[in-house]
Amino acid sequence: MIQQTSEADKRPVPSPAAGALLTGQFLVGLLGLAVTLGLLWLGFIYLRGARETSVLNAVIAIVWGVGGVGALFVTGNTVIESLPPYWRDRVRPFLFFLPGVGILFLFLMIPTLITLYQSFFNNDTTEFVGLNNYIATFTDRSMLESFRNNLIWLFLGTAGCVVLGLLIAVLADRSRFEVVAKAIIFLPMAISLVGASVIWRFMYAYAPPGQPQIGLQNAIITAFGIPPQSWLTLQPWNNLFLILVMIWGSTGFAMVLFSAALKGVPADITEAAQVDGATEVQTFFQIIIPYIQGTILTVTTTIAIGTLKIFDVVYVMTGGQYGTSVVGTEFYRQFFTNRNFGYGSAIAIVLFIAISPVIVYNLRQLQKQEGF
Amino acid sequence: MAGIKFEHVWKRFGEVTVLKDLNIDINDGEFLVLVGPSGCGKSTALRCLAGLEEITDGNIIIGDRVVNDVPPKDRDIAMVFQSYALYPHMSVYDNMAFGLKLRKVPKPEIDKRVKEAAEMLSIGHLLDRKPKALSGGQRQRVALGRAIVRDPAVFLMDEPLSNLDAKLRVQTRAEISKLHQRLKTTFIYVTHDQTEAMTMGSRIAVMRDGILQQLDTPQNLYDHPANMFVAGFIGSPAMNFFEARLDRVNGGLAVVIGKDFVVPVPQSKLDHIGSYAGKDVYFGIRPEDVHDAHYVPRGVDDSGKLIAQVNLTEAMGSEVYAYVENGGKEFIGRLDPRTSARTGHSLDIVLDMDKMHIFDRETEKALV
Repeated sequence: MIQQTSEADKRPVPSPAAGALLTGQFLVGLLGLAVTLGLLWLGFIYLRGARETSVLNAVIAIVWGVGGVGALFVTGNTVIESLPPYWRDRVRPFLFFLPGVGILFLFLMIPTLITLYQSFFNNDTTEFVGLNNYIATFTDRSMLESFRNNLIWLFLGTAGCVVLGLLIAVLADRSRFEVVAKAIIFLPMAISLVGASVIWRFMYAYAPPGQPQIGLQNAIITAFGIPPQSWLTLQPWNNLFLILVMIWGSTGFAMVLFSAALKGVPADITEAAQVDGATEVQTFFQIIIPYIQGTILTVTTTIAIGTLKIFDVVYVMTGGQYGTSVVGTEFYRQFFTNRNFGYGSAIAIVLFIAISPVIVYNLRQLQKQEGF
Repeated sequence: MAGIKFEHVWKRFGEVTVLKDLNIDINDGEFLVLVGPSGCGKSTALRCLAGLEEITDGNIIIGDRVVNDVPPKDRDIAMVFQSYALYPHMSVYDNMAFGLKLRKVPKPEIDKRVKEAAEMLSIGHLLDRKPKALSGGQRQRVALGRAIVRDPAVFLMDEPLSNLDAKLRVQTRAEISKLHQRLKTTFIYVTHDQTEAMTMGSRIAVMRDGILQQLDTPQNLYDHPANMFVAGFIGSPAMNFFEARLDRVNGGLAVVIGKDFVVPVPQSKLDHIGSYAGKDVYFGIRPEDVHDAHYVPRGVDDSGKLIAQVNLTEAMGSEVYAYVENGGKEFIGRLDPRTSARTGHSLDIVLDMDKMHIFDRETEKALV
């Protein structure tokens, strides 16, 4: 008797039950996903049209936002789980990063591209003007003044924050009042730069001689018999007074990071330096600073980016007048006040290009993980 | 070149006393090892000597100067840390030159000293590398080199071998000893490893809980430990200890440990412990002084006989470690490799009573 095996016997038999379950889950997931997207869209329409700010609307917004995202992931995941293994692992990552990237694209990339596009057109973006706006950016007197001021901000603001932050971190580290001192220095970071600017406007307030001075600085100097000064209009020193506000607000950031970095310096290399004959100062500059150079670089670049983008401090305190304008305020002035969309866009793009190298550098450092 | 003295040194950290009335006299050019278990105060003593910690009481004298208030850089010392403490952003050359640069030594002189030290330690080809590109052994040599170029009066070493693998440790141990012979400077060396202590030190200071237990040459520590702690710390495997009683027997004394575990005390020891007759003591005998009765080395008195059960044997090649037992008391013997000791069988044993140790039951101090 010759045994004959047919081809059919060699193939694995697919179980019919699994097949049915597969499709069932798939359909349910797909349905759920469709419903979620539909509800998200409806919610969006409703909230966009909602006129009154009520508790009900706030609750709806929260449920819509948080619940919607949650439902999106749950239903999306259900669909993915129902796919054959090969597809599962390939599709899953997309579910998780597409929503975030999508929103980022919508709210960051698209506006940037639109701005770039607009920068080649005229005031009301009707006529193509090529590079005229860019030429104007580099020749217009008020722009040149703002470039000059931004450079002052860049160097003095960054240096001020970094040096002060480092100094305070070192001093606080060895004092009994470390926690209190650090809290006080860090406190200004809790308020926005706009809030800080409003506070400092009062500090710098000027009243003509003979009248009571509500500004702290003038109050102090008039006590010594010096006539009150109008600090914010005093050119070119007013730039320094504005930078002071940013330093006041941002030193806490630098200090906190430096403090952490300093505490990470191993005790035995400072002891080895001690035995080698280094004084405190020598140890600090030749051993400790090089050890934390990664942190110093990261803090410096982060603050530098902040100084290049500075807007609120200048706008709130002087409106960009009296020779204090910066690129940020110039952009605002052209775009919103003068409604010169083309020119304003060009200024924004120039600022963007100026900051890019610093950001690229920061990203490279992060990748190498030498940043912090 | 300088002798060193710890004079009634106390060191307290708040409530905790880490060094208690430490008195150590170190001769110029000596290789002194501070050894003891973790927490005994040896590293603290070294750091006090370096000036990295301030002492609470007493004096530290280097040469003929009291250096209590002298900062580390003025004490003419160089230190090698357990973790090497190399400056990560500097090259090997700069690491070694750092101390000299700070002292404004002229550049040609720095260059000469660094290259000489690098030659001595065989790291001349590594001078341009940064520490992270070096192996553990290489880093350790850079740390040594950094100390050597300073040409100090005293070298301080805080467990420099503990981060190395076993083979490298043995190799580097010999290199440090040779270095000492070559430089003839005072070396103070801290370790928890008694093998390092015994092989490297000209004298060893055994410490425990901040108190100096004994300061002596390696051989003396081995032959005449001052107390049970030192006796058990030096020597591997450790000395066997028994609770025993000294009984009068036949006009002499015998150590009574169990019903069948009675060994007579040799005539020569009677003077030392005669007053302890009838008292409870601790009896100690090293594994190397426990012999198979058939292979007793020449010159060893075989009056200390007994019979024991063999629980376990470990063949070491040159000898056999036997875990033997009599009357519920287990102890270790290092037996001649020809021994017929087999697990589960009995064995005739001879204890070399000339090498016996007796300790007071309360104070644990040695009587013999």
